[in-house]
Amino acid sequence: MREPAVIRMLPDGRRLHLHDGPIDLIIEASGTPQTISTAYEAAARRFVSILDELCSELPLLRNQAQKNSERPRGAVAQRMFAAVEPYCERCFITPMAAVAGAVAETILDSMLGVAPLDRAYVNDGGDIAIHLNENQSYKIGMVERPERPSLFGSLEISAADPVRGIATSGRRGRSFSLGIADAVTVLADSAATADAAATVIANAVNLPDHPGITRVPAREISPDSDLGDLLVTRGVELLSDSEIAAALDSGVRVAETLRAQGLIHSSALCLQGHTRVVSPLLARTFIALSQRSLLHA
Amino acid sequence: MPDVFPPDTVRCDACPVLCYIKRGHAGACDRYANVEGQLVRVDPHILLDRAKSQGTPLVPFLEREGDWDGKIMKGQETFVTAIGAGTTYPDYKPAPFIVSSEVEGVDMVTVVTEGIFSYCGVKLKIDTDRHLGPERNLVRAQGEPVGHVTTAEYGSQMLSLGGVHHLTGGSKSEGRVTCETLLDLCNGKEVELTIDDGASVRVAAGKPPVVNGQQEERMRVGCGSATIGMFAKQWFGKVDDVVVVDDHITGVLSEHQAGKLLGVRETGIAIQGRRSTPGRYFQVAEPGTGWGGTNISDPLTILKPFKPKFAWPHLRLLMVSTTGEQFAYYELDETLRPVEKELPETLKESVGRIRENCEPALTTVLFMGGAGGSLRAGVTENPVKLTDSVKRKLTRVTCGGAPAYIWPGGGITFMVDVTRMPENAFGYVPTPALVAPIEFTLKKDDYAVLGGHVDYVRPLVDVLKEKERQRQLVSHAQNPWPLKPHAGSSES
Repeated sequence: MREPAVIRMLPDGRRLHLHDGPIDLIIEASGTPQTISTAYEAAARRFVSILDELCSELPLLRNQAQKNSERPRGAVAQRMFAAVEPYCERCFITPMAAVAGAVAETILDSMLGVAPLDRAYVNDGGDIAIHLNENQSYKIGMVERPERPSLFGSLEISAADPVRGIATSGRRGRSFSLGIADAVTVLADSAATADAAATVIANAVNLPDHPGITRVPAREISPDSDLGDLLVTRGVELLSDSEIAAALDSGVRVAETLRAQGLIHSSALCLQGHTRVVSPLLARTFIALSQRSLLHA
Repeated sequence: MPDVFPPDTVRCDACPVLCYIKRGHAGACDRYANVEGQLVRVDPHILLDRAKSQGTPLVPFLEREGDWDGKIMKGQETFVTAIGAGTTYPDYKPAPFIVSSEVEGVDMVTVVTEGIFSYCGVKLKIDTDRHLGPERNLVRAQGEPVGHVTTAEYGSQMLSLGGVHHLTGGSKSEGRVTCETLLDLCNGKEVELTIDDGASVRVAAGKPPVVNGQQEERMRVGCGSATIGMFAKQWFGKVDDVVVVDDHITGVLSEHQAGKLLGVRETGIAIQGRRSTPGRYFQVAEPGTGWGGTNISDPLTILKPFKPKFAWPHLRLLMVSTTGEQFAYYELDETLRPVEKELPETLKESVGRIRENCEPALTTVLFMGGAGGSLRAGVTENPVKLTDSVKRKLTRVTCGGAPAYIWPGGGITFMVDVTRMPENAFGYVPTPALVAPIEFTLKKDDYAVLGGHVDYVRPLVDVLKEKERQRQLVSHAQNPWPLKPHAGSSES
């Protein structure tokens, strides 16, 4: 039985909550009361058909993206494909790796198309599309273990920064990961780009063939997973500092490459309490993080 | 898609992702899970506890403390609704819950399922005298046709929305918007509708309608002419003439049939507008937010000068609107010009009575649907017997515990007041069609006779044990208790 989408204001009266099937968005816009309500209405209108659109070509979106792949038709699906395309010769990736970011971006665009907002964000389960007018900024807190929320870092993004998308991926999230990172946060031009990159970097934080890592074919857990028979991480035992460093090193190498290619601006990689940061932007802003890194040093 | 699954993999149809979920795991949303091979919603299933006193609102019921003691006493007062119960549609298999309980010494069975209604709609009664649009004109939501104007009832305008032709007979977007509009109205949300060559209205079940941006407060007591008829006797002798100002029909006591019968003296009063029959005037002014739904703020503007041939000095004149919200009392001076005076005590009561007879203006939303097809198969192996049993009033039909009116004639076509159902009781499927809760309650003996799925009947206490996914509400105080054995159910 199809459940109706949820469209409601959160009890704080400021944020809009949109929920449909696996999509769950928290939205906040700043501006005049009139522009905010116009923007929220546009977001809700765009939202109600988005899941059906995606599902109408779900099999295609769950297939490996390749240079010669059939291109999806839907607007959100095209954003997804465009976001993963740069990786399709490097590794296995499906457009689903960017679904959350692409949805967030699409909803944000629908709001900005009708209302001039000072600033706004659409948070799709940790993959966030942001909008900043001149002189505006957002402070962002980062959490590595969603089941034990505590900030491991915070950063401030201002209008002058090129960042408009933030995404986090890792084995603690709702999606499967091929790697062992607890969380990899990426800042990029857009949410879909950040989403795809976070997936790729988190997959790269890894120790292949390590006996303390439990891996299971994705299909055994979720029969219709886009990852098919690929081994996904289900458990990681306590690793030694050198093992952690080695796993993070391999993730950092990929992150550095993506940054050099202009795919991302910055990234923070977390594994068992150790964090590595790639990029000048993050190094400048991760105040809380640097203090904590000292404790681990 | 994988071709072969373990036998206890379930396919979730709660959203179009249609996840395959393995035993012990959840779907992509984390809200539906496969527990012991069954698809289970982590969201609550609504149970109703019988309201202990009148006027008890629907409120979340406190979680029960400790383990179930197995006593049936408490269970007697709990009704398992279909809200959140799920459905087995379109499979030809028993409904998700077939619950037995003993009530007043009678074994009752309630068959509980969420029904998928592709034939359904809502009937809207909008308490306003404003002209919303010509009969048969399209009613639109978000620009899509979702229904039409049917007629006017006394003090109200009637719209019919939805129905199979809008849901599945038009364009894809017409169907989607229709479904959304019905869903919102049924779940008590506000919906904006525009009528071709007519008004735009914002309506929500149980709330005052907003017509062209203006909220209706109270229904008028009647048109101006009817008001004269109702109050003529109370005015006779206390005042020489009365004008009831109304955008539809303004009434004048001295000319009106009711005044004539009482022998009210002619005053020669002359009113702007078009005279329909004696004492009844159309179009005394433009529609507006002033007196009686007109744009009048000073009622004297609709009067022409009094003539010496009929009128006399000190003539007493009451002007009042059809809601009693506006009134003014005048006496003519020596030159026959009206001079406003304080309303005499003897007239205050009648003005007050007009007000007190004006009921709050509301929007009423009745959901109407037909329970045909395989929904009945979830109840009995011989679906026509269910229809027959409902017709013979052996089976009571409720929607989320609210009483349903069953149309005479063929099929199980019913209507229910959505404000008597718990909040957010409706859902939808992308067909598009609405999902509404429906419960069939009947004596256990009768259930066996109509070929019910008696092997699937579970005692209420067993259902109550699954409390992790249940939410208990207090039943709507005005609803008859759905489990009460009915008078007509002694024979089958």
